[in-house]
Amino acid sequence: MSIDNIANAVATPDHPQPYRDLGVKDDEYQRIRDILGRRPTSSELAMYSVMWSEHCSYKSSKVHLAQFGDKKPQTDAMLVGIGENAGVVDIGNDWAVTFKIESHNHPSYVEPYQGAATGVGGIVRDIMSMGARPVAVMDPLRFGPLDAPDTRRVLPGVIAGVGGYGNCLGLPNIGGEVVFDPTYLGNPLVNALCVGTMKHADIHLAKASGIGNRVILYGARTGGDGIGGVSVLASETFDADGPAKRPSVQVGDPFMEKLLIECTLEVLHAGLVEGIQDLGGAGISCATSELASNGTGGMQVWLDRVPLRDATLSPEEILMSESQERMCAIVPPEHVEEFMAICRKWDVIATDIGVVTDTGRLVIEWHGETIVDVPPRTVAHDGPVYQRPYHRPAWQDALQADAPTAERLPRPQTASELHELVLRMTAAPNLASKSWVTDQYDRYVQGNTVMAQPEDSGMVRVDEESGLGVAVATDCNARVAKLDPYHGARFALAEAYRNVAVSGAKPLAVTNCLNFGSPEDPEVMWQFAEAVRGLADGCLELGTPVTGGNVSFYNQTGDVAILPTPVVGVLGVIDDVDRRTPMAWAEDGDLIYVLGDTADDFAGSEWAHEVHGHLGGLPRPVDLAKERVLGEILLAGSRDGMFNAAHDVSDGGIMQSLVEMALRSNVGARIWVPRDMDPFVFMYSESATRAIVVVPRDEESRFTAMCGARGFTAERVGVVDSQLDTDAIAASTEDSSNGSEPAQLLQLDNVHGETIRWSVDELRAAHLRTLPAVLNA
Amino acid sequence: MTTLTGARIGVVTFPGSLDDRDAARAIRVAGGQAVALWHGDEDLQGVDAVVLPGGFSYGDYLRCGAIARFAPAMQTIIDKARGGMPVFGICNGFQILVESHLLPGALIRNDHQHFICRDQKLRIENTTSVWTRGFEFGDEIVVPLKNGEGGYIADEHTLDALEGEGRIMARYLDVNPNGSYRDIAGLVNERGNVAGMMPHPEHAVEPLTGPSLDGLTFFTSILSALASGVRA
Repeated sequence: MSIDNIANAVATPDHPQPYRDLGVKDDEYQRIRDILGRRPTSSELAMYSVMWSEHCSYKSSKVHLAQFGDKKPQTDAMLVGIGENAGVVDIGNDWAVTFKIESHNHPSYVEPYQGAATGVGGIVRDIMSMGARPVAVMDPLRFGPLDAPDTRRVLPGVIAGVGGYGNCLGLPNIGGEVVFDPTYLGNPLVNALCVGTMKHADIHLAKASGIGNRVILYGARTGGDGIGGVSVLASETFDADGPAKRPSVQVGDPFMEKLLIECTLEVLHAGLVEGIQDLGGAGISCATSELASNGTGGMQVWLDRVPLRDATLSPEEILMSESQERMCAIVPPEHVEEFMAICRKWDVIATDIGVVTDTGRLVIEWHGETIVDVPPRTVAHDGPVYQRPYHRPAWQDALQADAPTAERLPRPQTASELHELVLRMTAAPNLASKSWVTDQYDRYVQGNTVMAQPEDSGMVRVDEESGLGVAVATDCNARVAKLDPYHGARFALAEAYRNVAVSGAKPLAVTNCLNFGSPEDPEVMWQFAEAVRGLADGCLELGTPVTGGNVSFYNQTGDVAILPTPVVGVLGVIDDVDRRTPMAWAEDGDLIYVLGDTADDFAGSEWAHEVHGHLGGLPRPVDLAKERVLGEILLAGSRDGMFNAAHDVSDGGIMQSLVEMALRSNVGARIWVPRDMDPFVFMYSESATRAIVVVPRDEESRFTAMCGARGFTAERVGVVDSQLDTDAIAASTEDSSNGSEPAQLLQLDNVHGETIRWSVDELRAAHLRTLPAVLNA
Repeated sequence: MTTLTGARIGVVTFPGSLDDRDAARAIRVAGGQAVALWHGDEDLQGVDAVVLPGGFSYGDYLRCGAIARFAPAMQTIIDKARGGMPVFGICNGFQILVESHLLPGALIRNDHQHFICRDQKLRIENTTSVWTRGFEFGDEIVVPLKNGEGGYIADEHTLDALEGEGRIMARYLDVNPNGSYRDIAGLVNERGNVAGMMPHPEHAVEPLTGPSLDGLTFFTSILSALASGVRA
């Protein structure tokens, strides 16, 4: 069958086109015809369909996301804002940092290993295309129940994919999340965050400027992977002997990506590149139209020059292919030879496929025939925008009314019950050690990892001379977001902000990955609208601008949407990573303080979820002004050496935080329940805006004075003590064959008049056993 | 003869090398001068010793190290190593040395089938090589381990010979993380100039970024050997 060129499209205006199968709505198809003044060619239809898809155009979310710009706080830190591949933040000393999260949820369900691997690959290329060297990755992940059979299919594949790709790229994986909830069973969330660093002068943008500059495609050959829906077009042009259906999930080659990183940084640093763009979703369609739309405005492309893995690919498929590990650079003609030489050095294929023009049109030829002739802006930026209807779900009131009161959910009453509860919670899937996962990630490579999981944030050194570094944390309690999407998003923001501050870094900027169900469901759309409003308001209140992010819709199984999951990433800066605050306490006699107020807050808590399978109530809104004060205290205390350790209090409350600190250090402590407080509430309430800090005795008065001056609650609840096990010490001195250290104990006093103790070893055993018990079975 | 600070140690970058900058940093921290070498160059720029760094050379889609062994730089390194030039292969570098037949045996997929990253305890059992002469026999050290194919295997005869000749440089302690025969983490050749180890000493040279400073001794060992003119 002949190629559907422009002349053909003009000559056959009534030729029926399968636009609906490509997800293009009737009115959208008409709009394309109006823009072009004729029917689109099949190649143009392919481009519009993918660029106007939800994934590429943000057509349902755009009207809401505008708030991130409208409510942007005043800051000098932002060098490049929303709209580029990733935002760029100034961290001082001429250094800049770029970071962003993206989702790869649906591919990871279909093919966990490749879906997750290419999720990492995609976000890394986004960071690269800003001119930065990628320096770390993090992965916020959500799965169905740990013991569900499909989780055992999906989770190991996802972890192996994240590790297999990231490890092979030489990027330390410094943190993230692993959360289990039934709503993710048929729709896991695989979000990937990447951080990159660069000098200010190295910042590059995706634009094709300078008439006569060459368009160079470099990296992997283009194959038929990830072409998904466009196969309906391909079936028009393929005869019966054509290749069989190809996988819709892309396949990654991390080795090629590693070469691409080194090659890209070399051509950028050599000053050879005018503009640069990675090829991700929508492949060449996206890269050419976005580069042209952002630049001088015109581009001529010879599509038949694109190096192929599969010579039978149709032009529509080449335009749509999501083959991984490809980049597109705009290179002045005088630099082309040098550019090509660097690519040859790295064994990277590079091809001159086009030229920047002044026509204002994106023109694509295929063996001498013009198959695309469009205004690039109409493809890349002027896609449809929807005002999706939304309304508060009818069930929201009942959900919020179902509060987890002591009457509704029985609480442990005795010291013995609380003793048992701690062992159970320590082993609960959402609170248990994630080392089964993180031990499969290289956290050391590049030699700049100062903190990695299970610390509160991941921290990397940026400048070896000065010790300048950045910390990043991602968080989201999606149960709280379900109960109240507006406050849930603020809750997630507050937690990530706190996790950065608690490690001694000053929070600077925010990225997000907004994972929701179908935007066509007005109740889901309401959750989305509320979450965006909450996050935008919250960022304004905390003074941390949103620099970019990602929206993932249609995360649902049948009619059942996932918990609304607005994952928030916060990036902070620390002048000298040597000053970081770790989570492990160590010094005997150091005082353990809880910062912040503990109330009876169990709505959306891990305890209600784990013990009662309950989700209901109205979470107390997080007070971000107070959160900001907490952040100031954490930073000042870190700067002035008042803390030997600190840890966020969130899922699993104070008790879980104390257990984690004891496990991290393998040192015990004596804790007491404050007078007038219910032991259970003290242990497991999830009131926001709290942290545990460990203060040397000689810093105590300065510390309490600082908190007092700011009107912030600081309550002493314990002391680090490695010598609690006096019986064991006595025994070991009598018996010289037993030269072991005294057993480390975590002791809790004033529990209904009693004392409870756990050995750190038994807590560790409980903490470590949960994931291996299921995943190694 | 070179001074301690003047010794020049090359670090080869293959396509897919990842820990090359880290090895160079460790050399610098130990007081040496790191020289970047390119896999495509036969010329070693007159370096006194060579480190083959960790990573996934050529993606390791074939057997790990199997392609890197044919790189032009490796031809020179193999020749010079046979003449006594000190060479240390870390992780992928160890795999390359085994593929180059400079060290015996093979490295296969971890017995548990997963990539593993952990702070690994090791016991040093050879203190005569130029890479380990700064250790005391039996020293217990902790350095990061991170690999997917770190299971050391060799036939019984070879293993017996390695043990008999004191060529097992380091053994895993507490946990055997990958199923290596006889807990072997690293070994040296007969002459003591070529050493290979799966764990990463270059990631244990700074208090901020490593679990210990134990890894530094490998690098100070070679620098002091070079400075004092010790020949393997």
